[in-house]
Amino acid sequence: MSVPALEVTDVAKSYGSLSVLGSVSLAVAPGEAVGVVGPNGAGKTTLLDLLTGTGRCDAGRVVLHGRDVTRLAPPLRARMGLGRTFQVPRPLGGLTVFENALVGAMRAAGLRGRHAYGAAYEALAVTGMAGQANTTAGSLRLLDRKRLELARALAMRPRVLLLDEIAGGLSDPETEALIGTIRAVNEGGTAIVWVEHVLRVLTAVVTRLVCLAGGQVIADGAPADVLASDAVRTAFLGGGVL
Amino acid sequence: MNWVNAVIQGMLLGGQYALIACGLSLTFGVMRIVNLAHGDLAVCGAYLGLVLSSALGVPVWVTLPLLLPAAFGAGMALQLLLFGRALRHGVLAPVLVTFGLSVMVENLLQVAATSDPRGLPGGSLALASFHITSGITVSWLFLTAFLTACAVLSGLQLLLSHTSWGRKVRATADDLDTARLVGIRVRPVFATVAGIAIATAALAGVFIGTIGTFDPQTGTDVLIFAFEAVVIGGIGSLWGTLIGGVALGVTQVVVGEVNQAYAVLAVNLLFLAVLTIRPGGLFTSRQVVREAAGQGAAG
Amino acid sequence: MTQPEALLELTDLDVFYGDFQALFGVSMSVTRGCATALVGANGAGKTTLLRTIAGAQAASAGAVSYGGSDITAAPPHRRIARGIALVPEGRKLFPSLTVEENIQVGAAAAASAQWPLQRIYETFPMIAQRRRQRASTLSGGEQQAVAIARALAAGPSLLLLDEISLGLAPVVIEGLYETLSGLRSAGATIVLVEQDLRRAMDACDDLVCLLEGRVALAAPVADVTRDQVVAAYFGEGRP
Repeated sequence: MSVPALEVTDVAKSYGSLSVLGSVSLAVAPGEAVGVVGPNGAGKTTLLDLLTGTGRCDAGRVVLHGRDVTRLAPPLRARMGLGRTFQVPRPLGGLTVFENALVGAMRAAGLRGRHAYGAAYEALAVTGMAGQANTTAGSLRLLDRKRLELARALAMRPRVLLLDEIAGGLSDPETEALIGTIRAVNEGGTAIVWVEHVLRVLTAVVTRLVCLAGGQVIADGAPADVLASDAVRTAFLGGGVL
Repeated sequence: MNWVNAVIQGMLLGGQYALIACGLSLTFGVMRIVNLAHGDLAVCGAYLGLVLSSALGVPVWVTLPLLLPAAFGAGMALQLLLFGRALRHGVLAPVLVTFGLSVMVENLLQVAATSDPRGLPGGSLALASFHITSGITVSWLFLTAFLTACAVLSGLQLLLSHTSWGRKVRATADDLDTARLVGIRVRPVFATVAGIAIATAALAGVFIGTIGTFDPQTGTDVLIFAFEAVVIGGIGSLWGTLIGGVALGVTQVVVGEVNQAYAVLAVNLLFLAVLTIRPGGLFTSRQVVREAAGQGAAG
Repeated sequence: MTQPEALLELTDLDVFYGDFQALFGVSMSVTRGCATALVGANGAGKTTLLRTIAGAQAASAGAVSYGGSDITAAPPHRRIARGIALVPEGRKLFPSLTVEENIQVGAAAAASAQWPLQRIYETFPMIAQRRRQRASTLSGGEQQAVAIARALAAGPSLLLLDEISLGLAPVVIEGLYETLSGLRSAGATIVLVEQDLRRAMDACDDLVCLLEGRVALAAPVADVTRDQVVAAYFGEGRP
């Protein structure tokens, strides 16, 4: 197998005496789309924090494109092509849509001049936001804020993109639109790790599902199999058959 | 140099600071509003006292039964019409609004009363004093101010801890959203708290006006001392406000004994020291510190 | 009366947080004297639904009717006065108040005097001993009991409970559910959000499953199998 785009090995994280992640290992191949699910408190967002470097691992390693980044600060991981969106899209309200994407290209990827503009514009095109390039970001509706959040992350030309609960709160057609956008991003070659509660959206895009519960990986495989497994169902719904 | 006398005078002075500060502490502790017009409203109390006592021809103390309810009503009105609305626009809006109010009040007073320094007629109380020992003279006025501060603070503390209203106030200060959820009507709670805050400010203003002179600009100086007393003592603690006020007063008088020019500087240095060593104040409620930390992390 | 009466009736509720839509046309009916389990994945809208019933969240479309009267626009204190009380997710006790004060504050807008302090302390003896302690010093299970007690202090006819078993040891949860079962026998109407499906179905007569802000399944517990609920929970069989 080729070098994984992103790999974590036995990462653990505790906050004080509370152990949030026990010993989690996960490898994402280049261009793969992986979904991460799990009940409340399973450690999903903590895992994303460890991947981006926002949180420091208590144990284990994080390897990005074959290079150990466990001790590397978030901006430097971003320079290596690791992008992330946040659950509540917070665009820079006073700037235009284009300027927001530009910030992603220039700040996160360190691009300059023509390259930055090109990357920003491409990102807007892929997410369907090019038509609103000159609109002030603060006036966008929710779906467009989410797309802009995505565009900002894409403008840094990530090879691995981490999505944090991006699908919530949208109507059916809006959800369909978002699914299309994310699929297009993935087909463009960007690997995706997607933490999500809205399961049917995930299963429309990802080829692999990882289930976290109680800080451990309890399932990792094809979405249909993972969701049908007893271990996963028990984790979500509690034990016992009626 | 009489240290004991200086400390005693400082403590008594501290009582005045505590009285002016307790309204500020309440407003912030319960409603999270920093009222930059607080000092000016206290001075309004002094001017109102002047107007009433001149009109009725009595020492200002006799006008209190009229003055305090009027101030309470003004406080409620300010909350319902101004501060409450400002709060809906975020945490910074009240700062701007109260700053604007402060400027407005000072200028209105300027126009109405000119900037001549005034004094309030305190009657015989203002001039009387007694000796504890040779070297320690206590002015009845100062002592009354201190005891009034203690009485007001105790009264408020009792109200807060032993009445149903007090429980609602404390619950609302703890968690506004959940307070609404359990059926507490928050607007009346805020209105009464604001009323009390302005009434205590007006009372403090009357003492300030009787002990010294006042003019439209006095509010700003008063605000600074009130602010420092609240910060030193800690937000959310009424007794902390008394300690804060006393700390200020003692520092001011004691250093003033050595060199008058450094008295106010010393007070501000004390404030700076507390901010550096214990920024939450000496007795801040943990709730407020937690909230501030949460906002800092999210911001 | 042969027809069981609906105490609470929700019709086509839409709820937004800004432009984030949390509930899409939710309709639901709660029968007097019944316990209803409200289940669904995180983000499905369970907490939003309970808060909307309690009046903490405004609906932008649809209606809420209680005991036959429309309360859609009523603020929380009016709903409490009518008899709806919510035990919020995460307990949300007032940290600087004592146990007893927390309970007393719950009676601020009480609907009835059915639950005086005496009766509350008899039902929750473990918190009676701690009545003068600050609420924040209690254990998780005790705090949950206080949160329920605070809601009961309002003398409600409809009790809403949001995830009372979060973070608690199984034996503690058992104890709480026994208390709920006692309330049920006494004729209380309950709506209960619970992650543990077995417990939810054991404790309740009816079940409503939410999926992405919509009702995916609504039926008496006796009429559904666990598999059907699981399918609704995960959204299987949806186009």
